[in-house]
Amino acid sequence: MRGDVRKPSHDYLVGFLCMLACIVIAPWVLYPLFLMRVLCYAIFVMAFNLLAGYSGLVSFGHAAFFGMGAYAAAWSAKNLGISAEVAVAIGGLAGAALGVVIGWLSIRRTGIYFAMITLALAQLVYFFCVQVPFTHGENGIQQVPRLKLFGAIPLNGSMAMYWFTAGVFILCFLAVHRIIHSPFGKVLQAIRENEPRATSLGHRTKTYKLIAFVLSALFSGVAGGLLALVFGFATLESVRYTTSGEVVLMALVGGFGTVFGPLTGSLVLSAMENYLASFGSWVTVAEGAIFIAAVLAFRRGIIGEVMAKLKVSL
Amino acid sequence: MMISRRSLIGSAALAATLPRAAARAAAPGIKLGVLTDMSGTYSAETGKGSLTCTQQAVSEFMAAHPGFAVEVISADHQNKPDVGATLARQWFDRDGVDVIVDVPTSSVALAVNTVVKEKNKVFLVSGAATPDLTGKQCSPNTLHWTYDTYMLGRSTGEAMVKSGGDTWYFITADYVFGHDLQDSTTLFIKQGGGKVLGASAYPFPATTDFSSYLVRAKASGAKVIGLANAGTDTQNCVKQAHEFDIVSGQTRLAALLMVITDVHALTLQASHGLVLTESFYWDLNDRTRAFTKRVLAKMPNGFYPNMIQAGCYSATLHYLKAAAAMGAAAAKASGAAVVERMKKMPVEDDVFGATTIRDDGRHLVPAYLFQVKTPAESKGPWDYYTLVATTSGAEAAPPVASEHCALIKS
Amino acid sequence: MVMIFGVPAPLLLGQILLGLINGAFYAMLSLGLAVIFGMLNIINFAHGALFMTGAFVAWMLLHYAGIGFYPALVLVPLIVGALGVLLERTIIAPLYKIDPIYGLLLTFGVALVIEGLFRNGYGSAGLPYEIPASLSGGAQLGFMFLPTYRGFVVLAAAIVCFATWVTIEKTRLGATLRAATENALLVRAFGVNVPRMITFTFAGGVALAGFAGVLAAPIYTVNPDMGENFIIVVFAVVVIGGMGSILGSIVTGFALGVIQGLTSVFYPEGANMVIFLVMAFVLLVLPRGLFGKVA
Repeated sequence: MRGDVRKPSHDYLVGFLCMLACIVIAPWVLYPLFLMRVLCYAIFVMAFNLLAGYSGLVSFGHAAFFGMGAYAAAWSAKNLGISAEVAVAIGGLAGAALGVVIGWLSIRRTGIYFAMITLALAQLVYFFCVQVPFTHGENGIQQVPRLKLFGAIPLNGSMAMYWFTAGVFILCFLAVHRIIHSPFGKVLQAIRENEPRATSLGHRTKTYKLIAFVLSALFSGVAGGLLALVFGFATLESVRYTTSGEVVLMALVGGFGTVFGPLTGSLVLSAMENYLASFGSWVTVAEGAIFIAAVLAFRRGIIGEVMAKLKVSL
Repeated sequence: MMISRRSLIGSAALAATLPRAAARAAAPGIKLGVLTDMSGTYSAETGKGSLTCTQQAVSEFMAAHPGFAVEVISADHQNKPDVGATLARQWFDRDGVDVIVDVPTSSVALAVNTVVKEKNKVFLVSGAATPDLTGKQCSPNTLHWTYDTYMLGRSTGEAMVKSGGDTWYFITADYVFGHDLQDSTTLFIKQGGGKVLGASAYPFPATTDFSSYLVRAKASGAKVIGLANAGTDTQNCVKQAHEFDIVSGQTRLAALLMVITDVHALTLQASHGLVLTESFYWDLNDRTRAFTKRVLAKMPNGFYPNMIQAGCYSATLHYLKAAAAMGAAAAKASGAAVVERMKKMPVEDDVFGATTIRDDGRHLVPAYLFQVKTPAESKGPWDYYTLVATTSGAEAAPPVASEHCALIKS
Repeated sequence: MVMIFGVPAPLLLGQILLGLINGAFYAMLSLGLAVIFGMLNIINFAHGALFMTGAFVAWMLLHYAGIGFYPALVLVPLIVGALGVLLERTIIAPLYKIDPIYGLLLTFGVALVIEGLFRNGYGSAGLPYEIPASLSGGAQLGFMFLPTYRGFVVLAAAIVCFATWVTIEKTRLGATLRAATENALLVRAFGVNVPRMITFTFAGGVALAGFAGVLAAPIYTVNPDMGENFIIVVFAVVVIGGMGSILGSIVTGFALGVIQGLTSVFYPEGANMVIFLVMAFVLLVLPRGLFGKVA
């Protein structure tokens, strides 16, 4: 799970332009709603990847931030009379706020213990969501309006919503990219490689890790909030531990610590879930098989393997 | 989306051979989508059985109306509202689906309900239990066909109180469906002069051991232990109650949502004496037996149909009658118009007999209270129930919620 | 009647006993996990699925071959253990040298495959498995009715747990095993076939899950979800007990069963969550768990 971060290269620019082109062409080829789901999850995986791929902290509780973002955005969209971008921002803030608490508690541990403590805390968040009335339990917050962008442009149509989602995705993509390539990002990678050395160099590693954690939670919340607007509801499914597992799988399939891995992983798994829906439980079997194959055969993920094959940095 | 790819190729081939307008006019068929739980907790009670019953209605109807094209597709919503809503949108936008059938799990049904209304299609609910579908979230495009928590609570609750079970303790799945079921049952216990002594709401899902709740319930001294849950949870409760000798002396069990598929899984040995409510039983009368005989050979694992699956048949058949009366083109154009038509037409089939549909979309079916037979009483395969009482369709449906549902003109 | 916090004492006693029964399953399952983690450094997410497989194999033996409960108690662990050998040799062995996170991911995939296969083959409705006639009935203990079978489960679990603990901590075989995890190369130099030993350790841990599966079959409806319901809780037990600690997982398994039983009296909604509360708390205060060795 290591991502090489050199200077943004020529390869990277080409990759980025290809991605932009795909995003622009895609809605004419594929179903927009499906693409929106892919993009939302891609943001979520990017957020997870920021922590797992670049800071070496693999969380098994990221559904907590994603779900909280979804609930917060859905609730405020329904009750506060705000515009779409504000609702998404509220989702992000809710994720970040929760991230401060959970991050503060969990970054004291590393490796498998970190994974376990995030899982435990996320289960407590799930419990909270089951118990409090504003989430409406198993039924979830339904009929969430898509609102208007900047209070003016209605997002009811598939295409309008798609462009909004794509816009948010690209903003998040650039932001994450900026973070990784900043001095802050370099320190994170130094901590991942060798924490004691980073400490001895005078970096307050705890603070760095906490900031990375909160940023990751922030983007997870944005992803959740956006998804709530796209589908018009927020439900317990988004806080369940299976969602945490799904994001790990997407990151793994796409490639830990790669810039284009999250979108790839999200695309592959969402496509599988949809295309195989009529096969019932064979979806589960296929997902499991992919997990196994990914760990055994292409541990670097799709993008990671491509990078190794082509000797490029993506 | 697998389906969409196939239909894409299909339509591309069509477009190549025919002018566009002709292609459209040549295929005015109706397309039904069975959206159900194919792999999860409720797949035995719905799943492939629901699909089979829907297909049965279609093949019977097509035999009587040759030339009327109907196609059925299906998908697994995995009990996830986002998956369900995506599939529904996809079906409407790209695959030309006109009707969605079944949809167990309340949260998924409510999500699909919103999409159906937005796209002006038709939603025939058989698997979901929430009365919100004809209350707070009622829609001119939706019919709630087979049962709801109100019906279950009334039929089982009232009957138990009448037969002396006037003190209750609930074991409730801690989510909306469980609490709905507990609340509606409580209403009728109180009306009958009974009392609720307490309730344990257990974490859902992921509870497998119910012994501590059962022992607690027994210790409360209540005469009836109400199980406000469904599927494997109910099965485990019944099994463990049997094991811990809970059903002895004065204490009885009331499984508030249980269908014949669950009884079969539990065996009569573990479930005999239970009281439960269904709106359909295969051995109710000649017509239900005739229906079951027709469909049985096609049912998965040779399981007999339960009320949810039989409901899919009944709803589909009635829809097709209305669509045929209007003409396929008109039916495809406006879902609300077909539903309006369905509400006006008398419903008539082998599953529920002659019934009617209320303005808010609730199909009024009688609720039957059954007692599960002992192994000695059972004379043949799936001979599981004795009919104890019947609640009429009008009484089994929740009171019309005019303050919630805009479809009701007060 | 004596009251404790507003709850009649007999009821509380009953709940403690029920908690011990549930704890027996937690202990057996987490024990297998702990053995595997302690010796192989693999977090076996497929443990729940293998537990479920054990229950299914017991059902199949009865259904297809007419083999009853008692022979199943021996046969099923062997069959599930053999499955474990197969898994270990083919896909788990390549992972020993890398980050344990990958082991977790891989076995998560294995769990999905096994559960999906059983769901395809047998549906989710649940299959009945009767309590053996010789263990049916029960005893009135005054404060509650204890089914004979549940008593049997606690006893069987206690014996198996004790035997495993003795084998690993007190015998020569166990000593070699522990030595092999410390320094495989050195143990190899003494002429021990370390890879084979590791394979059998994995098989043994998995066989424990199979055994628990047989014991669970008559209590719960045999269905593909039964493992999934257990695995997260059992994970928590292992973490709280101290990952890899044999004694820790046994004690914690029983203790958490009791805590859960008591919670279900005072706050039933929180019965599952209390475990995660304990887990979060323990991890924050004692990073290596209750019985874990300090690294």
